[in-house]
Amino acid sequence: MKDKLPKERVGVFVCHCGRNIAATVDVKKVVEAISKHPSVVYATDYKYMCSEPGQALIKKAIKEHRLTSVVIAACTPSMHEETFRKVSNEAGLNWYKCEIANIREQCSWVHSDMEKATEKAIKITFSTVEKVIRNAPLEPIKMSVKRKCLIIGGGIAGIQAALDVADAGYDVILVEKLPTIGGRMAQLAETFPTLDCAQCILTPKMVAVARHPNIRLYTLSEVVKIEGFVGNFKVTIRKKPRYVDPEKCILCGDCEKVCPVSVPSEFDRNLKERKAIYIPFPQAVPASYVIDPQTCLGLNPIICGECAEACEANAINYDDSEEIFEEEVGAIIIATGYDIYPKENIGEYGYGKYIDVIDSLQYERLVSSTGPTGGEIRRPSDGKIPKSVAFIQCVGSRDVNHLEYCSKICCMYTAKHALMYKHLVPDGTAYVFYIDIRAAGKGYEEFIKRVQEEYGVVYIRGRVSRIYEENGKLILQASDTLTGEKLNLSVDLVVLAMGMIAKKGNRDVANIAKIPVDSWGFFKEVHPKLRPVETSTNGIFVCGACQGPKDISETVSQASATAAKAIELLSKVEIYHEPIVAEVNPELCSGCKICETVCPFGAIKVVDKIAQVNEILCEGCGSCTSACPTEAIQLRNVKDEQIYSMIEAILR
Amino acid sequence: MSNRDNENFEPKIVAFLCKWCAYSGADLAGVSRLEYPPNVIPILVPCSGKVDMQFILKAFKEGADGVFIGGCHTPNDCHYISGNYKALKRFTLMRKYLEQLGINSKRIRLEWISATEGVKFAKVMKEFVEEIKKLGPLQTR
Repeated sequence: MKDKLPKERVGVFVCHCGRNIAATVDVKKVVEAISKHPSVVYATDYKYMCSEPGQALIKKAIKEHRLTSVVIAACTPSMHEETFRKVSNEAGLNWYKCEIANIREQCSWVHSDMEKATEKAIKITFSTVEKVIRNAPLEPIKMSVKRKCLIIGGGIAGIQAALDVADAGYDVILVEKLPTIGGRMAQLAETFPTLDCAQCILTPKMVAVARHPNIRLYTLSEVVKIEGFVGNFKVTIRKKPRYVDPEKCILCGDCEKVCPVSVPSEFDRNLKERKAIYIPFPQAVPASYVIDPQTCLGLNPIICGECAEACEANAINYDDSEEIFEEEVGAIIIATGYDIYPKENIGEYGYGKYIDVIDSLQYERLVSSTGPTGGEIRRPSDGKIPKSVAFIQCVGSRDVNHLEYCSKICCMYTAKHALMYKHLVPDGTAYVFYIDIRAAGKGYEEFIKRVQEEYGVVYIRGRVSRIYEENGKLILQASDTLTGEKLNLSVDLVVLAMGMIAKKGNRDVANIAKIPVDSWGFFKEVHPKLRPVETSTNGIFVCGACQGPKDISETVSQASATAAKAIELLSKVEIYHEPIVAEVNPELCSGCKICETVCPFGAIKVVDKIAQVNEILCEGCGSCTSACPTEAIQLRNVKDEQIYSMIEAILR
Repeated sequence: MSNRDNENFEPKIVAFLCKWCAYSGADLAGVSRLEYPPNVIPILVPCSGKVDMQFILKAFKEGADGVFIGGCHTPNDCHYISGNYKALKRFTLMRKYLEQLGINSKRIRLEWISATEGVKFAKVMKEFVEEIKKLGPLQTR
């Protein structure tokens, strides 16, 4: 096999790494042994190869001995591969003509018998020489970048990311499924720990999105297909009809008055009714009414048509129809938000049976000044102001029967809920049932203390086992785990702090975008600490609660982080792709399509009975190469013949 | 071969380690200075799904007494989505195939070792070398 190779001139540089290698591996012996390899024309050792003089030594040797390849026998490639490839590249060698023989982490550091460790180091170095002489010089694959960013989800995460990317001068397409942007935050009354009115801080940002020259907003829209790859995605968007022209709608509300259909309002969590033509909330963006085609009678104007008659602006169009269109973008940010755990799943708390047992988001609407009661806290059953309220934390969360994880925000928002109750009903009593108080955040612990000490909210450590109704009161059976006492507490209203869950639609988005979700359906980041907003698909980023439970401040930080990542990508003139990709020998390829089916990235297509590799989609895993029955497809610089020669070198 | 000979026998083992998990786990064993027998020589591969059955046969043909394959944990750790499952399928088949060739299927081992499992890497290496020592040298001819 060797005589078929072009004459290679290999240099081997064995590092002592101080005593890290040299104490266990006889480096002189390694040099002596490797010098006998027919392709090795120069071998030496040095105390620290990565140091300035070490690097100079390598460069000098490459030039003096006209080396065509180098092997650095030193630490693991994840440590200094880049350093040494850069050094040899500066001396004129191709980036891929330098390989690292790992004789530290996987040799000197794990063995103590010098003779055996030296023998192993020689084998590792020999096998690396066998590989490098068969490495082809490669150049990175260059690609252009579409300077546009797609953002999926128009909650606070999507809004923040959109504004950041657009402010940097790039075009943004913001896609929201619902008729308005704003997401969950728009439903909230106030935010912890500063008690800012949620809408007051959110709606200016919503308006900024609507007005921004670089942002194109598609509401009532969904992404149905994502094709392509980093820098060059092709996305298909489906836009559902609104039946009201936002350009013409002047928000007079005449349509709403005449609409004969009333249904529970999703935005107000069913605490109030809306019409079939409605605006989710007054500050909605786009500022326009919308017809709900599920309940509207008038899409067939013979049956109703009242709103179109009432609309003086002529904004209503029953013939509006669905549109499907394509966009080309360079980066994608996913910010699809969260849902709360369904209360129906927790039967012991009587939700559905007792109308005065409400969930945390219903409570937000109940205390919101724009809510169904205009900011007065009145219980749903009889409209009376509750004189006592029990808040139950960890409903669904930290429970092996429901959600095993902590939803992270419930301790804080429950404290906020209790405080808001005390603001509205100063003489009322608020009880909070908790397991532990988790208030890790700036100003969070102080907030909890204030709620407990200044406002006198009664915190009871224990779980409620059952709730039932008696004479218009709700009775809570619980035990106080600090005193060991059994409690029977009678209150007017119960608020359940429901856990946060991933949206059902996350799995669909994951399939479309080809990114993984964890076992709970939250999107999975590449690394929880160091790459928290990147996904395993290059160019697709995630932020906010679709990635895991988190509060608004964390969501906004993450959204800005994804924007920075997207901007980093969009600002590049060209992007580079590792050239270690699969290539096909057409003479050997039988067109069997096995490679096409095993490729996890859809990078291979058989055209005219010959497999073709899309080099940009190929991630270089080599799945196809091990499945190919004729060895026609090979991974560049990890070819079968390279592995065989390495095996021979190890076992010789 | 007698047991006494087996005690002095130093097996030759080739380890195919995936770049993302097992190789990093082996590096961590090094950083943590966890000692294991020097009989195992690593070959870095991009993914456990890259390990061709031919590689294993080649290793046995060239005189290996055991072959180890290290990949990322199932279900979700594989950097290439499903390479670990491909390795697992091939491994199951390979074991049957080796038995048909008269090679004890214990001479190949597949393990999921994450980048944080240096301790596991060292432990598995010790176990595998012990196992191969018990089996004795492979007589391929």
